[in-house]
Amino acid sequence: MDLQTLTYVVVGATFALYIGIAIWARAKSTSDFYVAGKGIPPVLNGMATAADWMSAASFISMAGLIAFYGYGGSVFLMGWTGGYVLLAMLLAPYLRKYGKFTVPEFIGDRYYGKSARILAVICLIIASVTYVIGQMKGIGVAFSRFLETDYDTGLYIGMGIVFIYAVMGGMKGITYTQIAQYCVLIFAYTVPAVFISMHLTGNPIPQLGLGSKMADGSGMFLLDKLDETLKGLGFAEYTTNARLSTFNMFVYTMSLMIGTAGLPHVIMRFFTVPRVRDARASAGWALVFIALLYTVAPAVGAMARMNLMDTIQPAPGQWLEVEQRPQWFKNWEKTGLLKFEDKNGDGRIQYVADPEKNEMVKVDRDIMVLANPEIAKLPNWVVALVVAGGLAAALSTAAGLLLAISSSISHDLLKGVFTPNISEKSELMASRVAMAGAIAAAGYLGLHPPDFAAGTVALAFGLAASSIFPALMMGIFSKRMNKQGAMAGMLVGIGITLFYVFQHKGIFFIADWKYLQSWGSNWFLGIEPNAFGAIGAVFNFTVAFLVSRVTAPPPEHIQHMVEDIRVPAGAGDAAGH
Amino acid sequence: MSKHASYWKANLRLVLGCLVVWFLASFVFGILLAEQLNSIRLGGYKLGFWFSQQGSIYIFVALTFFYAWRANKLDHEFGVRED
Repeated sequence: MDLQTLTYVVVGATFALYIGIAIWARAKSTSDFYVAGKGIPPVLNGMATAADWMSAASFISMAGLIAFYGYGGSVFLMGWTGGYVLLAMLLAPYLRKYGKFTVPEFIGDRYYGKSARILAVICLIIASVTYVIGQMKGIGVAFSRFLETDYDTGLYIGMGIVFIYAVMGGMKGITYTQIAQYCVLIFAYTVPAVFISMHLTGNPIPQLGLGSKMADGSGMFLLDKLDETLKGLGFAEYTTNARLSTFNMFVYTMSLMIGTAGLPHVIMRFFTVPRVRDARASAGWALVFIALLYTVAPAVGAMARMNLMDTIQPAPGQWLEVEQRPQWFKNWEKTGLLKFEDKNGDGRIQYVADPEKNEMVKVDRDIMVLANPEIAKLPNWVVALVVAGGLAAALSTAAGLLLAISSSISHDLLKGVFTPNISEKSELMASRVAMAGAIAAAGYLGLHPPDFAAGTVALAFGLAASSIFPALMMGIFSKRMNKQGAMAGMLVGIGITLFYVFQHKGIFFIADWKYLQSWGSNWFLGIEPNAFGAIGAVFNFTVAFLVSRVTAPPPEHIQHMVEDIRVPAGAGDAAGH
Repeated sequence: MSKHASYWKANLRLVLGCLVVWFLASFVFGILLAEQLNSIRLGGYKLGFWFSQQGSIYIFVALTFFYAWRANKLDHEFGVRED
């Protein structure tokens, strides 16, 4: 069977599975729609959380970025796993004890007022929509390759599928589907990695293969060989190439970690477990399932880079002939994401660091994971499987995010603030309309995404880190934190982060709408905008502390509520009203 | 001090201890001291590079389970367990 047909079959089969599960577990009430109800054990909840969490950024984009950043790509690996430690210890058990549906609901109650709740909804929507833009980029890449069209067409088709998929379901459907999606995506990620690791180093375990010697008889370690090859062509050394600076890496990692603990769609998962101790265990299991992919990703990145270099330069000094370029190369050219230009007209493709001489003029980082099995000449069914896995990752996260967005609009804004008497049916309707709106906005902005998928997602994390995480954490750990402090902190935190990000990337990520360009890039201590969330969080904490000290302490009953959520005993079921 | 207050204090101590390990495994060994640690090898890995792309993740997993285990034990000790 040719690759195209095989891909249709594999993608079609996995989609049929997800849709089947979604119909079987259809949401019948608002409670089913927002949280999956009780009775999902921690291991399965952890698996669903992992699928929810690992998006197109993790699956499609991250290893590609690591392939080109080398050591600098570690910020994603540490940031997107270490955040779970914070989540497990600082938020999950207490928010479960509190027992409501949404993050703004907690913030509204803890900071006693509708204004705090509305502000939380705004922060949540800004962060989540940015996150969905990143997913849309990944989905667009996957569909454009799979259907052999240009990127824009792939994106439109992807938007349609996400719409049907997310609007039908609801949390209950999503939870079971996500368990299936986790299995598909981890299998699809690991299989090619095992093949490639085996082929390059003789060790089938990618985590060990990355630290092993090459199987080509040279006796060199894989990472040493990669360092040497890259340095020879003028690129930076793979294993030591820091992202901008040590300080920037520090801040970037911190931003991703606290962003992890501030993203509503992940926090929401911990409302769905039966007991406080299940929330603790769920975080652990989620991290196990995430680590399975995250420890393989650096091997995928390094080995993909190695195979790419070997394809373009089969022997030292001997470059790939234009006429001889492999089929995968031509296929990716169709998507517009891979381009070469024979600048010196010698009929060969040179790939070097010097931009004057480099002829690989465009290698979109987001194509690396999808192209990897083809570059390594793996069988067609593996290639088809990776496309299916990438789509599973993108869809599961997009659905979870859209649910967080829609529930914050229908549940927090409409039911909680503006129209408290809304019927369950209208509430469900409103949340579906909100989903459709979010897909359209994110899809439109995804036509010209501000960064590669993982970079765009990093921006979303920065926004969550600078606004939601500090408000939640102080709400639990400081009895003295009051409404004025928390709200001032959120406003300043997200405001300052948006100011920095939009200055670099344009207002609403529209590149023409940049401002203050005379200030230059990364002007604040050399920090890139993707990493700025940690700085925003520092401002948030500081402002909140100062303001709360000069204003009245929170009322008595709020202080009792804080004391109550700190202790597991007496947790009831999650309740919305 | 009330039972709940001393439970909370014990919990904070536990969290703080775990966060020290979390910080060392990632920010210190993986970033701040990575260059120095890179002179030590772990097979084909430079040690600082290993911490940043492998080791920190393994430590995070172990740490999360350790915390869950200890926190559950605290619940018992202070008699604040649910059900």
